[in-house]
Amino acid sequence: MSTAEHILPDASDVEQRAAEWLERRACESWNEVNETELESWLAQSPAHAVAFMRLEAAWDRTARLIALQKPMRRANASTEPSSRVPVLKIAAAVVVTAAVSVGGSLLALHQQTQTFATTIGGREALSLVDGSKIELNTDTVLRMAEGSAQRKVWLDRGEAYFDIKHDAAHPFVVMVGNHRITDLGTKFIVRQEGDRVEVKLLEGSARLDANDGTPAQTAVLKPGDVAVATASTTSVTRKPMKELANELGWRRGVLMFDHTTLAEAVAEFNRYSRQKLVIADPQVAKLEIGGTFPSDDVKLFGRATRIALGLRVEDRGNTIVISK
Amino acid sequence: MTVSEARAWFVAEVLPLESVLMQYIQRNWRNQSEIADIRQEVYVRVYEAAQREIPEHAKPFVLTTARNILINRVRREHVVPIEAVADLESLGAAADEPPPDRAVMAREELRRLQLALDHLPPRSREAVVMKQIEGLSRRDIATRMGVGEETVKRHLTNGMRALADFLYGEPTDLRKKP
Repeated sequence: MSTAEHILPDASDVEQRAAEWLERRACESWNEVNETELESWLAQSPAHAVAFMRLEAAWDRTARLIALQKPMRRANASTEPSSRVPVLKIAAAVVVTAAVSVGGSLLALHQQTQTFATTIGGREALSLVDGSKIELNTDTVLRMAEGSAQRKVWLDRGEAYFDIKHDAAHPFVVMVGNHRITDLGTKFIVRQEGDRVEVKLLEGSARLDANDGTPAQTAVLKPGDVAVATASTTSVTRKPMKELANELGWRRGVLMFDHTTLAEAVAEFNRYSRQKLVIADPQVAKLEIGGTFPSDDVKLFGRATRIALGLRVEDRGNTIVISK
Repeated sequence: MTVSEARAWFVAEVLPLESVLMQYIQRNWRNQSEIADIRQEVYVRVYEAAQREIPEHAKPFVLTTARNILINRVRREHVVPIEAVADLESLGAAADEPPPDRAVMAREELRRLQLALDHLPPRSREAVVMKQIEGLSRRDIATRMGVGEETVKRHLTNGMRALADFLYGEPTDLRKKP
């Protein structure tokens, strides 16, 4: 026991204290003072940091299961018989009945749908029986047709990644805003923001149409294509595949930036967090940042801008203000 | 910036290796009561190294760190390990396997999370479910369970520790499932 470089504290004690911190943060109203105390405890020893990260990561993972479980319990509690066999049976997913779903289109009202939703900062993966996969990003609502021969979903809000097993007899259709995307065997991302629809194609091809069949709005997308459609216009540009791949970092819980302006990076982070980053100075907004950041840690990103760009970062509770 | 990258890397790449790491330590160390401390030491070293530079391959890096720590302990404490601390290759440390299919992972993740929850002691599970699923406050949980807030605290912290052990430590190979 002579010359250990570090004398590390007892692992079990550290883990217990890390759990107490995590419990306090989960259960008590949490302010900057608490956060500072936690930070200083974490900085005391890397043993504290690793123990806390480990418990936090496991605890956050269970929150994902919970997001899935909650509506399912509700669905189970209803007396609805399970005789109806949906074409798309969900292996494991959030299930809310159509009655609960928000803002459905007229068409949807006639069709039984299941709703899948994520909260701000949430993320969910759905596996369909046909082998297709859908992953929902932060703050997203997606409904899925049930009990019909059609493979059809409505992206009501947010962003989702689709990896669709092609079946010529049963095309997979994504309804979004007043547009329709029909897969021709593909991987793609769809994001809905107000009346703006963005489709990014990673593999295969897909067709984008306006719901009313306006031919001018039809586009067949190839890998690398980024289509932006509004109510009246559709434009298609191309992006390098590497850039598109970076934009999928959220599927792993990270945001990846490469010469990204702070304005864009902040806008991206704010999608994932209730606590919003605010840039106080237009000069600062133009600075560029790069790197990979956990999407669920807006504070950490704030600190990174301080360290990397030498900016002032002030935590005001609801917001984190970044200035020179 | 390196701190956030190190953190993201640690959570995404190192923690999922915990079951392999624990198997390795258990195979090579006789005194079971020291295993949690050894794991801690491995994580500290790996995390510190990652803050300087993210290792290219997590698995060989973690297992080599573990081996060095065990060898140092042998030297320091004049104890004899169970086996010679050398069989890294048998754990596939040299060759990094391709990541498993994402769909399999998504399903496995759900199955595993469910299992983890099911394996908690009943009172801890109850408290964890009320906290995480129902979003209740500590006081409401205490009322529902008919216990004091300190007891709820204990159930929750125990639950958090057990969840991490189950989710990361249990030696279940995700890739073996059909």
